[in-house]
Amino acid sequence: MWAFIHKLGSPKWFYAISARLLPWFWVAALGLIVTGSVWGLAFAPADYQQGNSFRIIYVHVPAAFLAQSIFVGMAASGLVFMVWRIKIADMAAAMMAPLGASMTFVALFSGAVWGVPTWGTWWQWDARLTSMLILFFLYIGVIALRGAFASRDAGSRATSVLAMVGVINIPIIKYSVNWWYTLHQPASFTFTARPAMPAEMYLPLLTMVLGFYCFFIALTLTRTRTEILRRESSKRWVRQLVEESR
Amino acid sequence: MSSNVESSPPVPSLLVSEPEGGLMVAIRATLARDITLLLRRRGEMLNPLVFFALVITLFPIGISPEPAMLASIAPGLLWVAALLAALLSLDSLFRGDHDDGALEQLLLSPHPLPLLALAKVAVHWLMTGLPLALMAPLLGVMLALPAGSYLVLAASLALGSAVLSLIGAIGAALTVGLSRGGVLISLLVLPLYIPVLIFGAGAVQAAVTGANVMAHLAILGALLSVALGLAPFAIAASLRISLNG
Repeated sequence: MWAFIHKLGSPKWFYAISARLLPWFWVAALGLIVTGSVWGLAFAPADYQQGNSFRIIYVHVPAAFLAQSIFVGMAASGLVFMVWRIKIADMAAAMMAPLGASMTFVALFSGAVWGVPTWGTWWQWDARLTSMLILFFLYIGVIALRGAFASRDAGSRATSVLAMVGVINIPIIKYSVNWWYTLHQPASFTFTARPAMPAEMYLPLLTMVLGFYCFFIALTLTRTRTEILRRESSKRWVRQLVEESR
Repeated sequence: MSSNVESSPPVPSLLVSEPEGGLMVAIRATLARDITLLLRRRGEMLNPLVFFALVITLFPIGISPEPAMLASIAPGLLWVAALLAALLSLDSLFRGDHDDGALEQLLLSPHPLPLLALAKVAVHWLMTGLPLALMAPLLGVMLALPAGSYLVLAASLALGSAVLSLIGAIGAALTVGLSRGGVLISLLVLPLYIPVLIFGAGAVQAAVTGANVMAHLAILGALLSVALGLAPFAIAASLRISLNG
């Protein structure tokens, strides 16, 4: 078990193992997302209150799930990098940050588009919207900090610390924003008060969520492999690989 | 067995025993040094206070001089302005020590870096957070803040600015090695300040409306104790990264 993890930590082995896993994740991601989109957009029944506009949920909810999970994944990778000095973990964290930021943006944007027909406004200082916006700023901070360092190693470690500090703060921020919201105004709209979804609405959503997660894994693996080639370009095995592929 | 122990060469005492009262001496020396340094540069200490007063002056001009209007937004205004003033002073927290090499001496000392960093943060709070808290009631009068909330304003700012100093020091330590860390530090730190702002401004708002103040102050205290326990380690790790990287 440990030997396997140690092997996985070496860029060369990771490159070889991920090559075998990668096609499966891409196939699963594409299959699930296409199935979920067609099922959700064309076949799921329209909401009795919101009509067809509720179908934004099939993009909005998976994106919001990913936005939060990716930050946790980034912090976990940062911890692994700081404790065991596994370079792969840092490469993966670096590749996750832009995807996380874009997923947060997708969740915010699709939420705003959804807000127009249902709430009659693009933006509302709702607890969830606000904490999502703060998450977006946290992502931007992480990306900016990594870019600010001239030395890659220092940038990696600084980003790891910031991601870990951020992940401790996310629950505190969420909790405090909820508190602030409930103090200031009564809940005009809540997500929980919506009628429970029937299975034909719920199953496509589940498919989309799974598809988004597979997409996240596949994209992170692909980008990490590219990053390995870039960072290890002076190593012999990378040169051999390039020679062979010519 | 016993002869074996006796025959082993004596360990050089220099490596094992600490100087008398080692850690306390180091902490006291760090505190005294930082306080002396700040007292010799009083302008730097005054800057956040002047900034605080100036920003508060801008709001009646920009929004409305109507006392009723100002009173309704005063708790939030005072807290946001104080938060920005505290943010302004963060960049100088480690910058001077980094430039003259004192920070490296701090890292080289045999004492735990988190505690020494905590001493520096304590001085920062004493010289910026506490004066801001003491000055806030005065500005509150100018914003027609209702009577009865002044003590809460000062207390919430005193508690909250300590958390701000601790969290901000992480950002300052992360960016101290960068030549243009000023803007970056606000990007890193401001999202993390939001809980403090919510409960700090909430305490003053509660005092104005006559609601229970202690709940907010208790949560500020809880945030402070969490930050006191965790932030020094993050600050120390960040300082090591900034200097060794």
